[in-house]
Amino acid sequence: MVHLLIIIAGVYVATLGFAVLINVSPKYLNDGGIVGVAGYLVYLAYYTYIGGYVGGNVLGAFTLGIFGMIAARIKKAPVIIFNIPALVPLVPGGQAYQVMKNIAMNKPRVAFGFLMQVLMIAGSLAMGFLLAELVIQLFNYSMRSMKRRRKTA
Amino acid sequence: MTETEPVKKSKEYKNKVVQTCLLAGTILIENGSELNRVSDTIKRIAKNADLNDLNAYVTITGIMISANDEAGAQIKEIEKRTFNLRRIAAVNRLSRDYAQGKISIGRFYNLLNKINRFGLYYPYWMMMLSAALISGCISVVFNNDIHDFFITCLVGMLGWVIFSVISTRVQASFISEFMAAASIGAMAIFAVHIGLGQSTDNIIIGSVMPLVPGVQITNSFRDLISGNLISGPARGIEALICACALGFGVAFSLIWLG
Repeated sequence: MVHLLIIIAGVYVATLGFAVLINVSPKYLNDGGIVGVAGYLVYLAYYTYIGGYVGGNVLGAFTLGIFGMIAARIKKAPVIIFNIPALVPLVPGGQAYQVMKNIAMNKPRVAFGFLMQVLMIAGSLAMGFLLAELVIQLFNYSMRSMKRRRKTA
Repeated sequence: MTETEPVKKSKEYKNKVVQTCLLAGTILIENGSELNRVSDTIKRIAKNADLNDLNAYVTITGIMISANDEAGAQIKEIEKRTFNLRRIAAVNRLSRDYAQGKISIGRFYNLLNKINRFGLYYPYWMMMLSAALISGCISVVFNNDIHDFFITCLVGMLGWVIFSVISTRVQASFISEFMAAASIGAMAIFAVHIGLGQSTDNIIIGSVMPLVPGVQITNSFRDLISGNLISGPARGIEALICACALGFGVAFSLIWLG
């Protein structure tokens, strides 16, 4: 439990820190942090209970896209303000580092394994964003058509 | 505001709308917006100004806008690209205000001109502190390594300071990432050597995190998803070279000192 709390606090602070570095307005900082924690928690839950980093990253990025969109609607601000800092905890930094380290240490086989992991994670993050975009656009479309039907009726 | 408002549907009015679209698009791209938002904003401004036959061709290095045969096409080149989401949010707010009819087109143009003088929200020490906190927290989250928290904070902060100092003084891109990553590697190895830290790997992974091209990666995804096949790959390559510069920097110090 303490471990989980430490992780949540770490993700929140890291998201906030990245938001400060790219000059996000102070009134959006907290929401960005919440979006980041939500995305990472979904990833962590999938990774712990079901297993596999690909599915975890897809679901994490999906949650992040949806929550970012909700935050943008509520706060009337661009989506990227919430999405960019929230992506930071999901970026495959550790694996990318292992690729470089193993190439430098002349172990190309190990490096190739880590490189595949990096590519899979990057692809699944893109996939998650794509799914989130799909759901959001379907939602917008159905809202619009409902309004149109109400007008004609 | 002493400037007189141009009469609607006159040639000056159309010219002003095109100039406003151009300026808004330039500010958005220069400060790291995704391209979908840029063309969307330009089309919204044109629609709200009753200029329905406006066409915009937006790429990451330049914008072309033509209204119709009266007001000719205008081109703007974009040379520098930084990341400042405050300005993007400001353009977004002004565009919303214009759509609701709160401001006129002349005032919109004047306010857009002021956005370029917006500074940063946070003082330098606060950005240093946040770079330190990102490094430490990411190290804890990724590796469950609480012992190295403080030394990772210190190394990450120094790495970010080196990055910002070099990137404001040297014009060549990617050199600053390389130098910062190389010095992060050297500092991490040295810190473990004198007994301040335990794991070189964890310190380096955490400390490199403030320099990771997160904005470019996200924007590249979003551009590709929205079908912008010129700017999406361009941003992706920018992110890739940036990541390679970081990786080579770390590898450089690992080979020579590790």
